Amino acid sequence: MVPQDLRYTKDHEWVRLAGDTATVGITQFAADQLGDIVFVELPAAGSSVTALATFGVVESVKAVSDLFSPLSGEVTETNPALAGKPELVNTDPYGEGWMVRLSVADATQLDGLLDPAAYDQLIAEA
Amino acid sequence: MGVTGPRLQQTLFEKSRPGRGGGKIPHPPKDALDRLPPAARRTNPPALPELNEPEVVRHYVNLSQLNFAVDTGFYPLGSCTMKFNPKLNEWAARLPGFAGLHPLAPDATAQGTLELLWELEEILAEISGMAAVTLQPAAGAQGELTGILMIRAYHRSRGDADRLEVLVPDSSHGTNPATASMAGFKTVTIPSAADGGVDLAAFRSALGPRTAAVMITNPSTLGLFEARIGELLEAVHEAGALAYMDGANLNAILGRFKPGEAGFDVMHINTHKTFSTPHGGGGPGAGPVGVGPRLVPFLPSPRVLRETDGSFRLERPGERPASIGRLRAFVGNTGVLVRAYAYLRAHGGDGLREVSDDAVLAANYLKSRLAGTYDIPYERHCKHEFVASAATIKRLTGIRTLDIAKRLLDYGFHPPTIYFPHTVEESMLIEPTETEAIETLDAFADAMITRAAEASDSPDVVHEAPHTAPVRRLDEATAARQPNLRWRAMSGAETPCPD
Amino acid sequence: MPYGPHTPADRTRMLEAIGVASVDDLFDDIPAALRASPLALPDGQSELDLAAHLEALAERNQTNLVSFLGAGAYRHYQPAAVDQILLRSEWYTAYTPYQPEVSQGTLQSIYEYQSLLAELVGLDVVSASHYDGAAATAEAALMTCRATGRRRILVSRAVHRHYRETLVTYLSGGDFELAEIPVVAHGPAAGTTDLAALERLLGGAAEPVAGVIAGQPNFYGLLEPMAEIGRLSHAAGALFVAVVEPVSLAVLAPPSEYGADIAAGEGQSLGIPAQYGGPYLGILAATEALVRQIPGRLVGMTADLEGQRAFVMTLRAREQDIRRERAASNICTNQALLALAASVYLACLGPHGLRDVATLGAARAAELEAALAGVGAGRLHPGPYLNEFIVKVPDAAAVHRRLLDRGILAGVALADLEPDDPSLANGLLVCATEVTTPDEIRRFAEALGAELGGARWA
Repeated sequence: MVPQDLRYTKDHEWVRLAGDTATVGITQFAADQLGDIVFVELPAAGSSVTALATFGVVESVKAVSDLFSPLSGEVTETNPALAGKPELVNTDPYGEGWMVRLSVADATQLDGLLDPAAYDQLIAEA
Repeated sequence: MGVTGPRLQQTLFEKSRPGRGGGKIPHPPKDALDRLPPAARRTNPPALPELNEPEVVRHYVNLSQLNFAVDTGFYPLGSCTMKFNPKLNEWAARLPGFAGLHPLAPDATAQGTLELLWELEEILAEISGMAAVTLQPAAGAQGELTGILMIRAYHRSRGDADRLEVLVPDSSHGTNPATASMAGFKTVTIPSAADGGVDLAAFRSALGPRTAAVMITNPSTLGLFEARIGELLEAVHEAGALAYMDGANLNAILGRFKPGEAGFDVMHINTHKTFSTPHGGGGPGAGPVGVGPRLVPFLPSPRVLRETDGSFRLERPGERPASIGRLRAFVGNTGVLVRAYAYLRAHGGDGLREVSDDAVLAANYLKSRLAGTYDIPYERHCKHEFVASAATIKRLTGIRTLDIAKRLLDYGFHPPTIYFPHTVEESMLIEPTETEAIETLDAFADAMITRAAEASDSPDVVHEAPHTAPVRRLDEATAARQPNLRWRAMSGAETPCPD
Repeated sequence: MPYGPHTPADRTRMLEAIGVASVDDLFDDIPAALRASPLALPDGQSELDLAAHLEALAERNQTNLVSFLGAGAYRHYQPAAVDQILLRSEWYTAYTPYQPEVSQGTLQSIYEYQSLLAELVGLDVVSASHYDGAAATAEAALMTCRATGRRRILVSRAVHRHYRETLVTYLSGGDFELAEIPVVAHGPAAGTTDLAALERLLGGAAEPVAGVIAGQPNFYGLLEPMAEIGRLSHAAGALFVAVVEPVSLAVLAPPSEYGADIAAGEGQSLGIPAQYGGPYLGILAATEALVRQIPGRLVGMTADLEGQRAFVMTLRAREQDIRRERAASNICTNQALLALAASVYLACLGPHGLRDVATLGAARAAELEAALAGVGAGRLHPGPYLNEFIVKVPDAAAVHRRLLDRGILAGVALADLEPDDPSLANGLLVCATEVTTPDEIRRFAEALGAELGGARWA
């Protein structure tokens, strides 16, 4: 069971919207598939990201994967802890392993994303 | 971290003691550097280790014994062609006339090497069915770049500047898309057909006025000959695009299939795979490129030319303006090319055909031995290599291809290439080459079959392998998270001269 | 087939196991219309005959000349231990160390190579090797573009012509611009990179510059004002690439001291034979800030699961086999065995030996300068040099040919290598190293004196 308070993309990112601030990361399923994560490349604060476009890259020992933004918005903050401890994405993907915070103007974007049940089904079929 | 294994070595830096070494070079006059401006000079000497020759030799001999190599055992690394490296080749490359020749030596003083290179170009052109060959590229990947840049120059020379896409099948070597990017093209990845071959329909729908080239490995990275290659080449040319052949697997088709004759426009040849120039722990290689008539004007410079009087010379700077230019300094990895030439002359035409026949025979034999124990996703005759998979074993026992690979090390075999091609789950790409005796093939097959049994009977032993290699499995995650890429300990202080 | 093991009985057994009648059946998937015409090649030769043939070819090269050729490839003494080590099968018949548990020899030797070169260049990240100095310089240029997000490269005209041509080829693939920085024409700085011109090229309305490339020593053998070039580059937000020759770094300031972000260069001088152009050793090193931009393999130290120190290829996700079309470069096969050669060479010589190599070369070069000046062939440029310089000789290309008839290889006639640069038309680029003998210098000066019809060497 994935956390019930989040929305998901089919590319295995999660998003938590509080007011107009969205926090984004990758799911436990994605982190497990990638294996030991060794590097996370994130956009600079102040840059804007577009829903379903790539905003960064996550690297494990032997794989590399694009990160797709669940929502459009402006990056207000990136997780500073990931530079020194990228393994947080493996150990606590929904908590300390978060990746970026976005300021989001249009909360209705959330409607286009998967709810927890739909995401659970997606990974069950994967 | 310990360095206590019986064969592990401290680094050169840890073995260093100030005052050791010396005796190699006469001492220069003390004032020799006084004429240099102080600002340009080094203030602290580089902190290089100080060792005497016996220590240096023992260090490197002991380190060498931590390596697995073709000369120590069976090395069926698919796509890499780890065949025997004839010793005559090493001897030849070291002949003073070859090894001591400066790359800017005037042509008149380099006739032996120039003749060898010219003749090697002719031999490779005959084998590949191409109109001409350049020997300049230093490795297969540089050969790919050479070929793709020539294709670009060709289209541009015709005012056909909108061809910005290169099509590659999803099973291709990673160098293919990486090369296309370096040459400024967009890569379009085409999924393979169910039988592992190119999906003709998918290629046809992707081909068009934007297609510059198609890059195909044949035999494919699955070890299969592309049976639909004729139709594909026709479609490529109909669309106005050119066909690039990745020649990594040329060793399977010597004397059986000449890519140029079949319609490919350009291909590279990995001498360190097909023609036995050794791999050197990662290099050097050489990546000659053969081209059809349309691309000859664009070959890199300088070419080796034969004059009407039978002498040889290099092209002069600017002599052929349509050339794509240089990929590197000087002529090429000549020392590698001498080895390839020796191999080719030792075999001759019949011998080369026999090389491929025996490589294909050995691969099919090994495949027949492993079928029934491992999944063989493509049942048809393979060429020089084949894909096996531990997918069923993994489902039944939890033991993965990686575990079996590591366990093979305990039995004195280098594992096959694993997890490539990416298109097959738990894949292993197995290439026995033509120089392994049937006893070796059988011993390897037995070891593979026994490991599969072990996966059910004692999975922990397999999962924790290797047990007898110089080191156990490594912590690759920490290596990447906190990279330690150089030794740092020494001061770089002035130490007394040992002699 | 000379190296094949199969007896007729072996072949029969294999065919039976496969279930085919002949090897031809294994090739029946090649469409009939596409099958090869017969290979029109000479028959194979026995080892005895082939050895004689190869010896005869090698002997047709003239390698016993009195040579002053340098220009990017240098004659040096190779300690006997180096080749003995390289001839061990465990090194040269191994593949890329993808299975680290049975490749610790190769992996540790690469880590040590990275460390040795890091000491020489003063930069922390050294790639496991590139094809040669020119290709490494081109990769350095592409690195500066990736790191800065800019697309314009400036290269000093005093960088080796082959390197500049290689840059043109590599940069032609993408949406890049390449411009040359001219050299100073007259005065004490003649032949070095023109700083005023560099400043103009860096400023103004033009496209911002990603990287500036200059050599130390430069192609003419001269010492460049590297610190100033670095300062100007950085002031414009560009990265600075130093093209270096590693033996010289025993006595010249390392790139780190003059602010280089990247060092590229040819490692052939570290005990690797000239062998007509390769295989050589492309050196590529960078500051730690650029570690994710550097192409090529990197080896790192780590531990195995029992805590033993061990080495492994790392930061692999930059490479083509993982990142495919988004890789930093397409490089796969590199020059690992030559990196090993360089490491054994450095280990044999140590810091003192390497300094002696560089210093003795400089001393011999000064003797050469004096001897050639004594017969009327003075230097083209007045500035300081290490062990290579240009002398002015009327009708240099013809003199060069005539000296060859006397068994003297008088360096490079620049009219041949740089036909479009009139300022070099009368130049011979000559070089001395520790293997150059006083007797060779005397013979060169004598022969040149005779050619010039001037004062004879007394």
